Amino acid sequence: MSIPSNAMPEAIDSQRMAPPVLSANRPLYWSIRRELWENRSIYIAPLAVAGVGLLGFLIGLMGFSHSKHAQAAPDAAHQQVTLAMPYAHAAWVLLLTGFLVGIFYSLDALHGERRDRSILFWKSLPVSDLTTVLAKASIPLVVLPLVVFGVTVILHLVMLVSDAAVQVMKGGSVATLWSPSPLFQMELVLLYGLTVMALWHAPLYAWLLLVSGWARRATFLWAVLPFLAISIFERIAFRTSYFGSLLKDRLIGFAANALSFHTPDGVPIDPHFIPLAQLTPGKFLSTPGLWVGLVVAAGLLAAAVRLRRYREPI
Amino acid sequence: MPSIEARGLRKAFGTTIALDGVDLRVEEGRILGLIGPNGAGKTTALNAILGLTQYQGELKVLGRDPWTERERLMRDVCFVADVAVLPRWIRVSQALDYVAGVHPRFDRAKAEGFLAKTNIGSASKVRELSKGMVAQLHLALVMAIDARLLVLDEPTLGLDILYRKQFYDSLLNDYFDRSRTIVVTTHQVEEIQDVLTDVMFINRGRIVLQCSMEEFESRYLEVMVHPEQVAAARALKPIHERQVLGRSILLFDRVDRQQLATLGEVRTPSIADLFVAVLGNQSSATQGAAR
Repeated sequence: MSIPSNAMPEAIDSQRMAPPVLSANRPLYWSIRRELWENRSIYIAPLAVAGVGLLGFLIGLMGFSHSKHAQAAPDAAHQQVTLAMPYAHAAWVLLLTGFLVGIFYSLDALHGERRDRSILFWKSLPVSDLTTVLAKASIPLVVLPLVVFGVTVILHLVMLVSDAAVQVMKGGSVATLWSPSPLFQMELVLLYGLTVMALWHAPLYAWLLLVSGWARRATFLWAVLPFLAISIFERIAFRTSYFGSLLKDRLIGFAANALSFHTPDGVPIDPHFIPLAQLTPGKFLSTPGLWVGLVVAAGLLAAAVRLRRYREPI
Repeated sequence: MPSIEARGLRKAFGTTIALDGVDLRVEEGRILGLIGPNGAGKTTALNAILGLTQYQGELKVLGRDPWTERERLMRDVCFVADVAVLPRWIRVSQALDYVAGVHPRFDRAKAEGFLAKTNIGSASKVRELSKGMVAQLHLALVMAIDARLLVLDEPTLGLDILYRKQFYDSLLNDYFDRSRTIVVTTHQVEEIQDVLTDVMFINRGRIVLQCSMEEFESRYLEVMVHPEQVAAARALKPIHERQVLGRSILLFDRVDRQQLATLGEVRTPSIADLFVAVLGNQSSATQGAAR
């Protein structure tokens, strides 16, 4: 799902057709800005979660040092994992926050503007339905992953610095701290993971956007109940659960395709610290599920664009 | 080139026919009042003109097909659909930023000039503004757009008389010139009588009257008839008759003014009175809906 490349034809179009003044207009850019004005939870929620996480980390530092804890580990690999643990937990919680914010944002994105009738105002301006829907889709697919990444990196740095400060105050050695190098590795894995998740979840967000543009009320029920109904139907009629496993794969299947949880020798990897060597982008890119998902996402978004043309305030 | 030209415009919602073969032509530089009772098809007609709804028949707005060329059309067309469609969460400064960012013909300094004359602060959110102020803000945004066609659908609904007066005054003084076209619907017909250059009555999806205000003033005359001359007046076939404080008021179409002057006091009727007369003459029309 490549937002910028999809937006290109329109940008070129407006430059060709319009007088020079027009090039100063950036409908996609301003449409994304307005989503951020309206939905401040996009950045406030990750920041709040990061704040709570940091508080917990600091309180933990007062009590016991996980650096000391790590020194007790039997070998270097275990030590690495123990040191990485709070950082990994912080990243996971922020990933989950970003996912949840994306879900609830998408469920409301095309519903809210019909509910408060402001769709009539937005439609009075020369912004196409395509631009509007792409701007809304880019929030869970591009903006939220970037926000989560930025907030996590900042949180990790603050954790590292405060850990060091506490060690120095206690008269300990900074040498026992987690070193910046594996942290940098962790951030790279995080960026990779965010990209993979966004691509894998694209049809999910696109479905939610479509429902939010279609349903008159109870968007959450319309989004979820059909899947529940199909699962139950399959279970009762055929006593199978293929549909359920399909859904499960769509939710968490990216991990198994994008990462290897075993070293080449078959040694299991602790998920708290995944070395760069364990990333399998080639395998991920050659997973049919990825491409099927992206095609479905594009189809759902195209339907959402068409739907917005016909939709009136609720 | 006319601003709006429609031939045989039709639109049905299920079995309800909202527009039943409307023919319409609005020249550039006119201010047209579209008057009709609730459910007459006013908003449907405007939605078709704005490319918000599909229709059957021929329709060209500024020479374009509003349904298929909507995005392009919206650079030259502006509309205020009802009051209170500005999102409640937006700040005044954000609204200015956004419109400036997406509209090639928006003059931000002009909008700020209009706002400076009001009590609206640029940091205020729409939800903090009174209904009248929201209408002022919307009008400031719209008037700063150099559009060729402005469509107003009940722009002053729910506003008090001061704001309504102000709204039309600034529209006329600060915005309108002969190169722009304005189409307005409202139930407060009396207030816009002096503003309009053209008037159109619509009922049950059909246009029942269409004329310029000059024609309106020369064609229609209202006479408060002396009691002893009521019979003589009725012989001239008034299109409508009503009683006010025991006096008969008769409305005539195309009857000589000199002749009428002998019967009583002659004056130009209000659009509202003509509306009641025209719709009252339609067998099943609901009387008084103009108010």
